[in-house]
Amino acid sequence: MARQDTVARQDTVAGAAATPDRGQPFAALGLTAGEYERIREILGRRPTDAELAIYSVMWSEHCSYKSSRTYLRQFAEKAPATDVLLAGIGNNAGVVDIGQGYAVTFKIESHNHPSYVEPFQGAATGVGGIVRDILAMGARPVAVMDALRFGPADAPDTRRVLPGVVGGISFYGNCLGLPNIGGELAFDPCYAGNPLVNALCVGVLRHDDLKLAAATGPGNQVILFGSLTGPDGIGGASVLASASFGGSGEGAKRPSVQVGDPFMEKLLVECCLELYQAGLVVGIQDLGAAGVACATTELSAGGGTGMRVRLDTVPLRDASLGPAEILMSESQERMMAIVTPADVAEFLAICAKWDVPATVIGEVTDTGRLEMTWHGDQVVDIPPGSAADDGPLCDRPVARPASQDQLLAGDPARLPRPAAGDELRADLLLLLGSAEGGDKAWVTEQYDRYVRGDTVLAMPEDAGLLRVDAETGLGVALATDGNGRYCLLDPYAGTQLALAEAYRNVAVTGARPLAVTNCLNFGSPEDPAVMWQFTESVRGLADGCRQLGVPVTGGNVSFYNQTGGTAIQPTPVVGVLGVHDDVRRRVRSGFRESGGRILLLGETRPEFGGSLWAWLRHRHLAGRPPSVDLDAERALAAVLTSAAQRNLLLAAHDLSDGGLGVALAESCLAGRTGCVVGRPADPATFLFSESAGRAIVVVRPGAEAAVVALCEQAGLPAAAIGETGGESLEVAGLFSVPLAELAQVHSGALPALFG
Amino acid sequence: MTARIGVVTFPGSLDDRDACRAVRHAGAQPVELWHGDASLHGVDAVILPGGFSYGDYLRCGAIARFAPVMGELIPAAGLGLPVLGICNGFQILCEAHLLPGALTRNAGLHFVNRDITIRIENATSAWTREYAAGQEVSVVLKSGEGAYMADAPTLAVLEAGGQVLCRYVSGNPNGSVNDIAGVVSETGNVAGLMPHPEHAIDELTGPSADGLGFFTSALQAVGV
Repeated sequence: MARQDTVARQDTVAGAAATPDRGQPFAALGLTAGEYERIREILGRRPTDAELAIYSVMWSEHCSYKSSRTYLRQFAEKAPATDVLLAGIGNNAGVVDIGQGYAVTFKIESHNHPSYVEPFQGAATGVGGIVRDILAMGARPVAVMDALRFGPADAPDTRRVLPGVVGGISFYGNCLGLPNIGGELAFDPCYAGNPLVNALCVGVLRHDDLKLAAATGPGNQVILFGSLTGPDGIGGASVLASASFGGSGEGAKRPSVQVGDPFMEKLLVECCLELYQAGLVVGIQDLGAAGVACATTELSAGGGTGMRVRLDTVPLRDASLGPAEILMSESQERMMAIVTPADVAEFLAICAKWDVPATVIGEVTDTGRLEMTWHGDQVVDIPPGSAADDGPLCDRPVARPASQDQLLAGDPARLPRPAAGDELRADLLLLLGSAEGGDKAWVTEQYDRYVRGDTVLAMPEDAGLLRVDAETGLGVALATDGNGRYCLLDPYAGTQLALAEAYRNVAVTGARPLAVTNCLNFGSPEDPAVMWQFTESVRGLADGCRQLGVPVTGGNVSFYNQTGGTAIQPTPVVGVLGVHDDVRRRVRSGFRESGGRILLLGETRPEFGGSLWAWLRHRHLAGRPPSVDLDAERALAAVLTSAAQRNLLLAAHDLSDGGLGVALAESCLAGRTGCVVGRPADPATFLFSESAGRAIVVVRPGAEAAVVALCEQAGLPAAAIGETGGESLEVAGLFSVPLAELAQVHSGALPALFG
Repeated sequence: MTARIGVVTFPGSLDDRDACRAVRHAGAQPVELWHGDASLHGVDAVILPGGFSYGDYLRCGAIARFAPVMGELIPAAGLGLPVLGICNGFQILCEAHLLPGALTRNAGLHFVNRDITIRIENATSAWTREYAAGQEVSVVLKSGEGAYMADAPTLAVLEAGGQVLCRYVSGNPNGSVNDIAGVVSETGNVAGLMPHPEHAIDELTGPSADGLGFFTSALQAVGV
């Protein structure tokens, strides 16, 4: 019955031409009057309901990047000269050559709004979506990571959101069989109504396996495969991801969140890889935001062709869906492939082997038009590029907020600093026992980090490290970093600090940093102050990548992260990928042997602006973030990589949130060995400053001269600060903390809050 | 001639590749078996690997237990074929009634991935004879429904008959009764393990190489 209704009352192309004045709900779909007028100009008539659906999702902020596109061009314009990119920005994900015929593809994407509305499914489908992006490049997905940010750890709503998000990632990623090898967990009041859930996936392929999202070859068939299409997530891209939350009423948006089936995704992954292996795929695209609308427009625009689609052949989970709903549905675990007519039978047979439903829904044409029919009536006839590539551009006002000067003026140098041994000890334990600075095992133990058997390093190491080739030891390292506090104080420098930290984290393992992805989380682009933060951040990242010689391969922008008029701290999350020549020489962060000399590499200055110590000890967030010296970062990374490859190090650990004190404690706990460091001249700066460009290393016995020589060559300060060994963390003449007490404090915070 | 050890892939199996690698490290030849293929292809032993067969829908292992390959495996196990179920494989063996008891939701209600230590209680089975009784080995636990349960009479039989294969030491991670991490059939050839020995075959990718003994034991047991 329902089906007949949807057949009867469809708005056809002919009908649209005949009823030019019929009112259409463009505003409810998130389009402005100007954008609606432009659609009418492009088509020379009013759009049909189905066409309006396509434009509304494709021209949403989420899909069209209308506020950000102009600025993101800097990533290409300022890109360093490189020959490692096999596919760059604009594809589903960038592809990087790592040598020996291998390439890797990686990308990070946000699922912030769905994760607030429905934490479990929102986070789960965030993992699913990014995995399909990687799969669509022709790669086997091999690992995931996630960067999470929540409101205060002790806030009641965090107890709803955090366990749900972690549970969703655990449920989906574990069932899919992808090791979770790292990420971040941060807390700040600014994320209370708007958590950040950024999921990263990395995949491996051979150079020849690269696939592109292009529908080429008129006459080739269009196959939709994977889960059936249902009403879930309709309008997710336009309604959820492209608007701010009001103060309340998130329940009304609940139907816009999708529901994930990781079992189907696992089958889809294995099925796709077998299809690739058999050479049956001409072009492929995953279905994510904007579902069939996005896949058909992008594939046909990408191929410079046209496409004819019979929408009534899309297999449905809910027979009452009409064409506009089918186009907008964000049902998960679906892919669209372009296949030659001769290969269709074999393609369908492989899908059947994996129990993956697959249906031919149309064919590629040479008309340059995307045409769709519904039981024989034409309901869509548009130039696909007009929806996929030529979306509106918004020239948003940009203005540095007046409050910025006030923020910079709040000099943290005036904060009282601990000096006596017991004060220093108390402050160190305050940082280590906080949700921000404490052990993250409550979260990371819920993720499978071992599956696939190639995980060489995972949490709590500075970076995840995967073996790619067991014969040669070739591997890839990945780290993500972001720091909203630094970026609030100075979005340009703060973004470069995030980049530098991820770059350093990769180098600490012994890998050579190679390429960058990013997920730019900001408030509403309609706020000129937010646009200023955004433009500064993008400029900082583009300049930083050029200086470090690592290209941006792709990324994602998430705007409207705010509740009411209050935006989150600007939070660009930067992912850096590095290549490890031999993972058997990986360097871990833990102190595992006694009697090793600890060297502090890099320069320490009294820098507390935006620091964890200033925030936790004084609730102070003002002043300048640590200074950025990317040449020094480059020198440090070169030393770390070279020392690892020459097997000179027993351990290495990056210094970041909380400074040296936290880093020493983490290394003691990770390797279950204490340390003694000499009495510093300025203990508070020594322990808690967050000067960038630093790491601690433990040198192999007899290798100290070689490490020092490497540092001298690179112009990098290196100071011997102590030795590993014993059962406590001791700062000579000031204080000592037994490892058992350290462990108890460090591991206590999250279980106390979340059970 | 080397021993041929089959590893079954069900829809949703995840650690099949790792089990094959462990078999290879142990010096045997892994043979990939497909759930829909009602044949064991003459292998000398079979491993049911970890994962989420059929997405854990209905109940862990409940659907996989009816796969065509199981129709061959169940009688072969009865005739003495060494069979090891790891994690989801253990759940499948319990569902197939090749092993007593059941695996239920972890006591903490969360998935737990942790490096743990187990003590080998029975060092005579087809899968543990390379170990010494009482030996402690470091392996990986990663499961959400890993709490072993059985009724009191069954437990009494298991304990008395040496069918407790191994136990968790230094803390029970999931609420398993009597700290049981693995059990073995009365005949000693069918074993179920909740921890993953295949993720502990070298110190580069696992906590230790201690897990290799399960696979070399099978090699010895089949005597090829």
